[in-house]
Amino acid sequence: MPMIEVKNLVKKFGDFRAVDNISFKVKAGERFALLGPNGAGKSTTIKMLTTLLKPTSGELIMNGYNVLKEQNKVRKSFGIVFQDPTVDNDMTAYENMELHAVLYHVPKRDLKSRIKQLLELVELWDKKDILVRNFSGGMRRRLEIARGLLHHPKILFLDEPTVGLDPQTRVLLWNYVNKLAKDKNMTILFTTHYLEEAENNADRIALIDHGNLISIGNLKDLLLKTKSKNLEEAYLKLTGTEIRDEKLEPGVAWKERHRARLR
Amino acid sequence: MYQIYILWFRQIKKYFRSKSRIVGAIGQPLLFLLALGYGLGSVYKKAGDGNYLHFLVPGIMAQTVLFSAMFYGAMLIFDRQFGFLKETLVAPVSRLRIMIGGALGGATTATLQGFLVLVIAYIIGFRVSHIYMIFFALIIMFVLATAIATFSSGLGSFVQDMQGFQAINQFIIFPLYFLSGALYPLTNVPTWLRIIAEVNPISYTVDAMRYALINQTKFGLEKDIIALLITLVVCIAYGVWQFRRIQT
Ligand SMILES: Nc1ncnc2c1ncn2[C@@H]1O[C@H](COP(=O)(O)OP(=O)(O)OP(=O)(O)O)[C@@H](O)[C@H]1O
Ligand SMILES: [Mg+2]
Repeated sequence: MPMIEVKNLVKKFGDFRAVDNISFKVKAGERFALLGPNGAGKSTTIKMLTTLLKPTSGELIMNGYNVLKEQNKVRKSFGIVFQDPTVDNDMTAYENMELHAVLYHVPKRDLKSRIKQLLELVELWDKKDILVRNFSGGMRRRLEIARGLLHHPKILFLDEPTVGLDPQTRVLLWNYVNKLAKDKNMTILFTTHYLEEAENNADRIALIDHGNLISIGNLKDLLLKTKSKNLEEAYLKLTGTEIRDEKLEPGVAWKERHRARLR
Repeated sequence: MYQIYILWFRQIKKYFRSKSRIVGAIGQPLLFLLALGYGLGSVYKKAGDGNYLHFLVPGIMAQTVLFSAMFYGAMLIFDRQFGFLKETLVAPVSRLRIMIGGALGGATTATLQGFLVLVIAYIIGFRVSHIYMIFFALIIMFVLATAIATFSSGLGSFVQDMQGFQAINQFIIFPLYFLSGALYPLTNVPTWLRIIAEVNPISYTVDAMRYALINQTKFGLEKDIIALLITLVVCIAYGVWQFRRIQT
């Protein structure tokens, strides 16, 4: 039984199809990368999987539960690090961690040690009592990641987890995540624009563009199929070299770019 | 339970960390008490109704609770804008508990603010008729605060932006407040105003507060309590219904 199953998933915003009939499966313990240009529909797909957004149509099954009907059971099965910040700036790093641990039913006796372990991992333990509003962008991101790793869910979503992180922390994060996948048989679904991260850490890679799934498989097959030397070459062959304007309708995006050129 | 507690505690912590909220919470009612209490006091006395400050204090306390509890909805909108809302919405905790925890936190701080007004009123000469009835006033304030905080969180889940929320505040809460009996007695007002006041839940809260603090009532305590409980149930039902449908 697959850990994540997406069947004919569609999400429309008005007339715009952000996710256009996507289907894929992820096995338990698999590390699965969802790649694609800005605005491809990666975050929207993750939002639907994590119960934050209702699909226009399609079926979603995670850990054997129907995502649309058994929301509470589904929520017990996954953890997530969002692309956008979600920490509370008016609380300290420790308080943010504590609140998360309680919401995710981390046993009380493990709570303090677990928080300490993770804040030490991202080197924020000595800053644990500082209000998050006084953190730098990178520190906030590190906190966000430490928080996402606090409990050990069956499925972990990482939506561009390494944006804004220094190389040291990036290495640390991937080592930790790979260990979780191996030791706990945790299923990892992540997105990234650093293609070498997908090369090094994904068992399988899905490429989406304009809400469509255009390729899925392991790295070797992908390179073979596209006759490419590395993932970047394959990626550019499949998605083209045109720049995407996120958050704009295709027509509007084109006009905007033209205006910029005329200026 | 622990989940509800930690979300409640978050609101309390945030309240005490925000100096401006505490100062504002004292400043505005003080202004009302001084300007209206002393400004209109002599007119009120001439009309033969006694001490206006005594009449006014329970109304201003209800006002403070009302507007502070409404602020909880604004907090929810901030939580959405700063992303924190997502953190709670994906957690394996039912939406009901998430809402209860936060709204009880908002209700607690609103009640506290109402109590602060009482302390200020004491300093400028207000006296309650029976000291133990302060507990009763606290309960009434907390019930009102819970009702309004859940209502405002329903509103905050649905409106999503601050401007829209403020507009609704202006169009619903302000009129409800000014057309209640908070600032003037409902004895000699035109019939239309009296009718509006009689279907206005805030009037009953204010009346119950007056019963508790200065032993005066227009509708009678039973009616007040029934109206207050109906308001509570309707607000909770609305808030839960809206909050369950929330998407980001
Ligand atoms: N709430 C919304 N209302 C309208 N359009 C939306 C909404 N959310 C997303 N979109 C649109 O859906 C498309 C997909 O967005 P999504 O955030 O899923 O992209 P993404 O693949 O995660 O991109 P990125 O790499 O930039 O994070 C975009 O065109 C975006 O503008
Ligand atoms: Mg995204």
